Amino acid sequence: MEIYLQIFIAIPLIGFLASLLAPSAKEALLSRIAFITVGLNALMVTLFIVAWIIQGRATLNLRDFVVFRSANYEFLIDFCFDKVAAVYLMVGSILTFLVTIYSRYYLHREEGYKRFFNTVLFFYLGYTIVVLSGNLETLFIGWEILGISSFLLIAFYRDRYLPVKNAVKVFSIYRIADVGLILAMWLSHHLWGQNITFVEFNNEALVNAQLQTHAMVGILVSLMILISAAAKSAQLPFSSWLPRAMEGPTPSSAIFYGSLSVHIGVFVLLRTFHFWEHQLFIRILIGAVGLSTSLVATGIARVQSSVKSQIAYASIAQIGLIFIEVAAGFDNLALFHFAGNAFLRTYQLLVSPSVVSYLIREQFYNFIPRQHTIEDSLPKKIEYTIYMLCLKEWNLDAILHRYLWKSIKWAGNRLEFLQVRGVLIFLFTAGVTGVLAVVYKQSIPDFLNKSLPYAFGLIGLIMVFKAFTKRKNVQLTLLLIVANHFMIALAVSFNEHFSFDHILIYLSGIVVSGLLGYLAILRLKMLEPLVDLERFYGYSYEHPRIAFTFLLACLGLAGFPITPTFIGEDLIFSHIHDDQFVLAFIVALSFIVDGLALIRIYARVFMGPHVKSIHEMAYRSS
Amino acid sequence: MQSTTFHEHEVLHRLKHFLPAQAPLKDFIHHNTLHAFQNISFQEAIKQATEIFGYKTSLTIDEYRVLLASGKIKDEVLREIIIRRKGSKDVNFWMKKLLHEAFIKTKIPRVGMVRAYWKNTYRLDLDAMVHPTLFRILCSYLDQGIAMWNFPVWHKGFLSSIREMERSSFTSFFKTKYVKQLLLDGKCGIEFLLDKLVGDPALYEHYLFDQQFAHQGWSGMVSAIEDNPDTLLDHRKISIHDLITFELLLELDALTHQLGKSWKPLGKIIADRPVNLFAEVPTSELSEAIMMFQEAYEWTYYNAVLGGLQRQEQVTEKTGRSFQAMFCIDDRECSIRRYLEKFDPTCQTFGTPGFFGVEFFYKPEHGKFLTKLCPAPVTPKYLIKEIEGRSKQQKDLHFTKQTHSLFRGWLITQTLGFWSAIKLFINIFRPSVSPATATSFRHMDKFSKLTIENHNPNHRENDLQVGFTIEEMANRVEGLLASIGLVKDFASIIYVVGHGSSSVNNPHFAAYDCGACSGRPGSVNARVICHMANHKQVRNILALRGIEIPDITQFVGALHDTTRDEVVFFDEGSLSDENKLQHTRHEQLFSIALDHNAKERSRRFEIINSALSPEAVHDKVRLRSVSLFEPRPELNHATNALCIVGDRSLTRGLFLDRRAFLNSYDYRIDPQGKYLFSILKAAAPVCGGINLEYYFSRVDNQKLGAGTKLPHNVMGLFGVANGIDGDLRPGLPNQMIEVHDPVRLLIVVQHYPEVVLETIQRNVETYEWFINNWVNLVVMHPETKEIFVFREGELHPHEQFSNSPDIVTDLELLVETHQENLPVYLIA
Repeated sequence: MEIYLQIFIAIPLIGFLASLLAPSAKEALLSRIAFITVGLNALMVTLFIVAWIIQGRATLNLRDFVVFRSANYEFLIDFCFDKVAAVYLMVGSILTFLVTIYSRYYLHREEGYKRFFNTVLFFYLGYTIVVLSGNLETLFIGWEILGISSFLLIAFYRDRYLPVKNAVKVFSIYRIADVGLILAMWLSHHLWGQNITFVEFNNEALVNAQLQTHAMVGILVSLMILISAAAKSAQLPFSSWLPRAMEGPTPSSAIFYGSLSVHIGVFVLLRTFHFWEHQLFIRILIGAVGLSTSLVATGIARVQSSVKSQIAYASIAQIGLIFIEVAAGFDNLALFHFAGNAFLRTYQLLVSPSVVSYLIREQFYNFIPRQHTIEDSLPKKIEYTIYMLCLKEWNLDAILHRYLWKSIKWAGNRLEFLQVRGVLIFLFTAGVTGVLAVVYKQSIPDFLNKSLPYAFGLIGLIMVFKAFTKRKNVQLTLLLIVANHFMIALAVSFNEHFSFDHILIYLSGIVVSGLLGYLAILRLKMLEPLVDLERFYGYSYEHPRIAFTFLLACLGLAGFPITPTFIGEDLIFSHIHDDQFVLAFIVALSFIVDGLALIRIYARVFMGPHVKSIHEMAYRSS
Repeated sequence: MQSTTFHEHEVLHRLKHFLPAQAPLKDFIHHNTLHAFQNISFQEAIKQATEIFGYKTSLTIDEYRVLLASGKIKDEVLREIIIRRKGSKDVNFWMKKLLHEAFIKTKIPRVGMVRAYWKNTYRLDLDAMVHPTLFRILCSYLDQGIAMWNFPVWHKGFLSSIREMERSSFTSFFKTKYVKQLLLDGKCGIEFLLDKLVGDPALYEHYLFDQQFAHQGWSGMVSAIEDNPDTLLDHRKISIHDLITFELLLELDALTHQLGKSWKPLGKIIADRPVNLFAEVPTSELSEAIMMFQEAYEWTYYNAVLGGLQRQEQVTEKTGRSFQAMFCIDDRECSIRRYLEKFDPTCQTFGTPGFFGVEFFYKPEHGKFLTKLCPAPVTPKYLIKEIEGRSKQQKDLHFTKQTHSLFRGWLITQTLGFWSAIKLFINIFRPSVSPATATSFRHMDKFSKLTIENHNPNHRENDLQVGFTIEEMANRVEGLLASIGLVKDFASIIYVVGHGSSSVNNPHFAAYDCGACSGRPGSVNARVICHMANHKQVRNILALRGIEIPDITQFVGALHDTTRDEVVFFDEGSLSDENKLQHTRHEQLFSIALDHNAKERSRRFEIINSALSPEAVHDKVRLRSVSLFEPRPELNHATNALCIVGDRSLTRGLFLDRRAFLNSYDYRIDPQGKYLFSILKAAAPVCGGINLEYYFSRVDNQKLGAGTKLPHNVMGLFGVANGIDGDLRPGLPNQMIEVHDPVRLLIVVQHYPEVVLETIQRNVETYEWFINNWVNLVVMHPETKEIFVFREGELHPHEQFSNSPDIVTDLELLVETHQENLPVYLIA
């Protein structure tokens, strides 16, 4: 029976590819592709679930195929199906189905009709992969798709400033979740000595045996999972991204940020429940995150005066409760709560424009001058303080901004002294030295051998910091990002002796994508006199093809599952020893910043208000 | 205008004048978007607005060239206009320019130039630091009922409320103590703060314009509420002065926080002073070219219409009318009248502003507030109350705030949550009216009673007289009948049909109702005027004044829902037996006409197959009006272009494609232009306002319109914005204007030229519309049918149009096969 699971991935994949090929003027064709894809999948899912229930609801696991294998490493695509997957798949399919029909008319004549359906189908593909994944590696593929499609949906109105700014903001939070997951994968690889499937968590004896010997690693894995889940589900301290994601057309906000995307964190927790269920500390921590989020988010929701942000915070508060339910082990309740919350918020967002006529009418007939709220009974000073804090969202957005962007910028600005030529000379020297050192590793003193990975890792990190803060030269920025990957490869090379093909797998995608990106920018520079990172240029307006090419290049460079680099990244991590947490952290951090730097280039050069037209461009503030 | 001294009061006054003047959503009323420029000519205004504020105020040269190539601008009309403007010598020179010259692209607008120095000098994005906080606080302060926990202090005014909260709180909206202290100590005069930030009084005005026009949506809303506090049901005290003060404080705070003391005021930085905002704007070839194209575009269309009007035969008055019906002048009523007349050639229809000459406040049963039901500039002295009406409110838990609280939310998500999925399913596959729908029929209960007659002038409520006295009623009925020329030959039933609309998921719902009733449905007005006209004593007075309405004649009020194409009649119970019988027949006629009207409208709707039978199409049109996913429930005033003041026989044989406001008028009973004066006094600002709002929202949908409505987020129930941190978006969303052709309104008056010329000059404000060309005016001589064009204060004979419009034989086929804007046709 598990063999059928592949169908639920295949249908959205084919649908997505078909939608890419459809001409953008053909609205009916595009919406029909989406309708058939999601409708068919929803139908199949329903039939499958019925059959599965009749057959006794056994947990299914499908070892689909091995993408890459070496002596002690295996990248396996694995699918798993149980009640968690069943509920998520069902809710996701129903909602996506309803929203595709809804959007068919709602988006009529909208510029970007095709882009919208492409992205929705892409999102749905990522969602089904995540939901059906049987191990962390498979999950990560879907996870990355969710991230990038979210970015594209938030920045759907790419010629306005705020959507692009907020899309980058949300993407940076997602990047934190990504790295949490990467680190969890790395740690668990070392914990088990192999890449493990979720089904194996069900084997309590096995899990306990491992955790008892590696208690600390076990806790760390769970912590990383929690960080990913909290970031993706907008729990504290990441909550402020959710309302800011409401920039796309209402149906996309409704389905993704109102329901599906934001519940993925809960899914990850449910999926890994058996792994951490005996770690009391983690369970308490998850509960505490949920509880504090639900309290803070409720307060913020109470003071929101715009419909969508109110719904967003109310939803976050409910997800906080779901976190508590999950931590308490009430998985059935959590699933039920998830489904109810997802449906409710989707509907509320979809009808949110009606709120004016409804509430104005209510006010007209039932107006009572000022209603007494609970907070009025507090002492004035406390009341004002809490109100102001809630209005400022407890500074959550500012804090994230300060610690995430500002600190990277700060570090990058410290490196201001590094100029183009300096960087190139430095890179060249470091590269040659590095390669020589690897070749003659035997003759290098041991202590040096041990510290060289860190040194090169750090150099790589500095490169991306620099890339992140560059304002002028786009090509150089790209070069720095590519250099970062080379440095990481070098760093890991010192660790142990492994065949060159691992490095090749890792770097092949980087080199090809880097070259592609470089050429795209070169082409753009031939057509446009002004290309830098000082401001938003919005060149996708005039050069959509170059923009798309460059986006592909960025995805490749960021380790998106379209090049072998995706597996390469995982491979590289498998060569970082479990006692080298600092190195793992450095590499992980450079992956975060690397993704941010790339999306920053893409956003600045290709998105935002088009630089050449003053007219017919929205105000910056709108 | 800028000088070295700064007069705060004057500058704020000027600023308010230029800000968008749109009221909160529930009171959406169309007006000229560039109202601030109305004292100068259209041509000059669009040039200045572009240069100063960066608005796009016309189509682009390339768009005009496409129109020229496709024949929507006729070559000979364009040449004619060049000759008139430039003389016949330069025709070819200018033609070449218009067709081929690459005009210089537009410059950076003047507004914003001073404040840009923050970014250029300090790499500081002041807007990004100040706007989110400012918008959020403003929205929370003004909120009309979205938040569950309201702004804790509100009755003292905006700035004082913030001061009070800052005074006793452990936290602050400001990042620095210094600025907080300035607010607390009251050391925050605008001039004082500007001195710190700008330092040079010569730049103050420019700086404030830069600052406020960086978020003109919010500033405009504050200004509108300051001028008319009643527009918010839950009153808020706020002023542009408070807003500016607070924003200056926030700016000072952000600068101090980011840069410490290492910054200088702008006045010390700016070496090259930017051009004064209101310095003269030189005329460019581009602006001249645009005007030539624009006029040619307009006159290509106008000429065909005028040709059609001239070819209409004056019908001799018939007797034995089946019924008469009055409709609103609204362009959307133009086709339903045509269908009524088609299916019953003996009926007669009239057009008049949809408040039917009765102005009053309306208080529905259980209502806590009053609603104004007359044109926006009028302030009525009367109150009409609804009694014995049923409740018009249905509840929907999805909109309630409990769903947002923690514990009740926990219960609700797990119960109602699943019901939402089913509701969504039903609405997608079988839409129906729900509490979320805004429908015109809910405005007044069909079976309620209205307090129309006043028996005692001392009967007052809310400082308004309840109902009208007999004399007052007679004056209004007389005014209405005389202005439309219905003073004899009364049919036995006269319908008075108001109009409204239905929509769901539409924050701009008020823009779809009757403009003459301040954006409300016209049902109450229709009932009120009918009651007056049916009143025995009123008729006695009218008879004395020469209007003799036979006893068998009865007036029946009705409401036409323009979205659903449904009509509801009121008080049919009081009809005489004979009239009741006739009325039943007329009801059938209305129903057929409505089906056909729906079919004609459906030609624009993508998802409806217009080739189906009228009944089938009508069913789909009704479904459409209650579908959550339909951003275009109807197209409202889109494509409006004409306003024809004269007898129906002028237009009866024309297919005007729902583009004309039709005001019935009989010059013969108004030789002095007394009624004409009041018609034009209302038609110019109302129809002209609608037309110009559509014009500007169409040509610059991003800056003067609201952009696409799909990502809109409702802010505080009074406005819409994109996302949660955006500026408010006044103007019309893209979905309302996309099919609109941006041409100015042509008002056609059927009267003697000298009378019209004298009449329009009686009122300065009305005359401004004509003399400055915000609307175009032509006069049609009632006897010779000669056409005169009003230009530069005089009427010039117009002889350009020899071409007669095409004849259309099968209207139904035309409707089934065309989606685009159609030219005028003669109906065979």
